[in-house]
Amino acid sequence: MIGLMVPLLLYIGNQSFGVSSSFRHLCSATIPAGLDYFDYNWKNHKWNIWLVAGMIIGGFLGGYVFGNPEPIRLAAHTRQQLSALGIHDFSGLIPGDLFNWSNLLTIKGFIVMVVGGFLVGFGARYAGGCTSGHAITGMAAFQKASFISVVGFFVGGLIVTYFLLPVIIN
Amino acid sequence: MRYLFAGVFFGFVLVKSEVVSWFRIQEMFRFDSFHMYGVIGSAIVVGAVSIWIINKLELNDMDGNTMELEPKDNSITKRYVFGGFIFGLGWALTGACPGPLYVLSGSGLLIMTVPLVSAIIGAWVYGLLRPRLPH
Repeated sequence: MIGLMVPLLLYIGNQSFGVSSSFRHLCSATIPAGLDYFDYNWKNHKWNIWLVAGMIIGGFLGGYVFGNPEPIRLAAHTRQQLSALGIHDFSGLIPGDLFNWSNLLTIKGFIVMVVGGFLVGFGARYAGGCTSGHAITGMAAFQKASFISVVGFFVGGLIVTYFLLPVIIN
Repeated sequence: MRYLFAGVFFGFVLVKSEVVSWFRIQEMFRFDSFHMYGVIGSAIVVGAVSIWIINKLELNDMDGNTMELEPKDNSITKRYVFGGFIFGLGWALTGACPGPLYVLSGSGLLIMTVPLVSAIIGAWVYGLLRPRLPH
């Protein structure tokens, strides 16, 4: 189903599927600040903004209106490891005991939510794509750049998972 | 407008396939489940097969233009190594890549607008530092 986005976007307007370019367009539309990277006509990329606007609605429909009340059937080993890190709320899509407003001012909450989000945006634009543009579209098109990027995604992700997260959450 | 509908479809599928879940990302990086690999892997296969069919049959889009994917710049490497690595750090922390950040924000988890806004700021700072970063 997700893979269908590639031909779907090609068909409805000859666009290359990717989500993180929307960050760039949003910056260009709001605070371009005279930077070269944001100096282009973002209105030519409006389709990308429509796409992410639709995704917010899709999230609302899938996660709220037709939401699944059951917890995710997580692998026992992951659950056990996360419990050991002090995560006990497995009821939703994200751990409520880590992602909440009062945690925002704690070091772990700040790193996970604010720093994590920042690195996602910065890294995706630095690499020129995220999971949709590189891992799915780029790998499906056998782009060398995308294979390198995805290896990078995993090296970064594994370091956080095995070395940093245990320190940060505890 | 048609992109809005494409987005609604994509957002809905992302929730239902549970790939927007922080827990699923943790599971993926621990190699404890095939779930994420199955979803992303099948998406790549579906994408690759459709690109192959489109190229083979030289299909046109609904406006009659030849369908073509924008190629990545394969002549450089550094930006993919460094950018990919930084993205990976963030992906494992927030448990969400850009798509899920929008989707989760929409699903009523308003706290996820924090990493979403932060990601947009991250993109802006990249724009600021870009001339000084190795590509």
